[in-house]
Amino acid sequence: MHQTVKKQSVLDLLEAWLPKIIMAPTTLAMIVCMYGFIVWTGALSFTKSRMLPQWDFVGFIQYEKLFANPRWDVAISNLVVFGVLFIAISLLIGLVLAIFLDQKIRGEGAIRTIYLYPMAVSFVVTGTAWKWILNPGLGIEKMVRDFGFTDFEFRWLVDQEMAIYTIVIAAVWQSSGFVMAMFLAGLRSVDDSLIKAAQIDGASAWQSYWHVILPILRPVFFSAIVILSHIAIKSFDLVQALTGGGPGYASDLPANFMYTFAFNRAQMGIGAASAMVMLFGVLAILVPYLYSELRGSNRG
Amino acid sequence: MGNTSMSVGRYAIYACLVIFAVLYLMPLYVMITTSLKDIEEIRQGNLLALPAAPTLYAWAKAWGSACTGSECEGLAPFFFNSIRIVVPAVLISTLIGALNGYVLAKWRFRGSEFLFAALLFGCFIPFQVILLPMARLLATFGLANTVTGLVLVHVIYGVAFTTLFFRNFYVSVPTELVKAAQLDGANFFQIFRHIFLPISLPIFTVTIIWQFTQIWNDFLFGVVYSGQGTQPITVALNNLVNTSVGGKEYNVDMAAALIAALPTLVVYVLAGKYFVRGLTAGAVKG
Repeated sequence: MHQTVKKQSVLDLLEAWLPKIIMAPTTLAMIVCMYGFIVWTGALSFTKSRMLPQWDFVGFIQYEKLFANPRWDVAISNLVVFGVLFIAISLLIGLVLAIFLDQKIRGEGAIRTIYLYPMAVSFVVTGTAWKWILNPGLGIEKMVRDFGFTDFEFRWLVDQEMAIYTIVIAAVWQSSGFVMAMFLAGLRSVDDSLIKAAQIDGASAWQSYWHVILPILRPVFFSAIVILSHIAIKSFDLVQALTGGGPGYASDLPANFMYTFAFNRAQMGIGAASAMVMLFGVLAILVPYLYSELRGSNRG
Repeated sequence: MGNTSMSVGRYAIYACLVIFAVLYLMPLYVMITTSLKDIEEIRQGNLLALPAAPTLYAWAKAWGSACTGSECEGLAPFFFNSIRIVVPAVLISTLIGALNGYVLAKWRFRGSEFLFAALLFGCFIPFQVILLPMARLLATFGLANTVTGLVLVHVIYGVAFTTLFFRNFYVSVPTELVKAAQLDGANFFQIFRHIFLPISLPIFTVTIIWQFTQIWNDFLFGVVYSGQGTQPITVALNNLVNTSVGGKEYNVDMAAALIAALPTLVVYVLAGKYFVRGLTAGAVKG
């Protein structure tokens, strides 16, 4: 009798601890492999490490070297060009397609499926496909020349100035359907009576979208911008597969810079410094977003 | 609204939607037709032309004998590498995520909300910031360049997402149900098995599809943490395209890209609804 009571209480104790026990491995992995590793990389960025980590701290030298490096300059300005165009074009295409698809379109399901399928394939596949389509000589250039425009030139892929725009094209192709899906979900949640009320007030379809519906979609805009900028900052595989960062390093993005210096050139210190700059770039976008989200949900 | 002006507007809308559908489909069409042409036809012909004499030569070569760097065994071995990485990584991260989500939704303890926020933040960090120390950790445990190492990395960085999915799904289960079951003497796992598991099919589907797509399509972890013989298919595809032994065979490149894309495309076609739900859940939290 006494025995069973005791056994029972041990089980109870275990039961009480079970939620914590289950969360323990994830918590440990998170502390070590996320936050611990961020600290590790941060510390490494203040050392002279090259092939192997060396723990003699030298201050901001790696950051000075990083920002003095012309290749990093190119990567950052590419990220700005790529990020702005990729986000703006994806938003525009996504929004227009969502509004059009929301007009009780026949075959909507099939069309939506077509718009979204690029999201299911990897950036490496996308890069490989567009590398062939944009191939100077055999791709689009040859196609248009075959149509009779024999002087037509389209060699962005091998053009230092234009290579980054090929990345924009491929990335927009891959991600704009997803933006469309987000906007469509947003549109479907708009109360129909609002639109009817606007129309009764004599608003044209165009006006009711501009003045009534778009303001309601504001949170969707925010989410889409955050997600797209997140994709932009992390973009690595697409560049690697489409241009290889080339010609030269003309189409490098920060993630490709980091990979090259940390793993191919054994320049761990600079690699770590560039990773930290990327982290702060993400934080600069994310923290205000999460802040406004949390404030919004507290109010509601 | 006037009927005539309306119909003109509607024609324009349909035309625009169809044009975009064609644009989205064009790369897939070009990939398929190119993969069925021989190299002579590719040199002579037009990007958009249908293959005059379709051949599976490029597919056979991409699968079995194309060079991916120094070895020339096609994509087949790497396809199976990806399966060996994806299956355990998806299953383990999904199971952990289900239990984590169950705890964070219905068995909250002091600090569990903070824990969830800290975990959520992990969904957003650029992985570049963990690449170097993770490489050291894997080397320390003898897991560098192994399939096991890659599975581990995908599980660790996938659990944040799977936990988020399950937590947000389980939060909507009424807490009274859990309380009532507890009064009836049901324990932690019994409640999970009899109340939560039976309603979990949709969220398991969403999570498994999301994880499968993410891990199958991963390139960054694959290229950093794999070695000769353990590379996933994305890395092998990139090597294949950039290996030019003899003339460039664009048909083989396209067949290889299609082979790499096929598993996720099939999943998308079969379960697109769940795929989209995962995208929006993963992206727009909640």
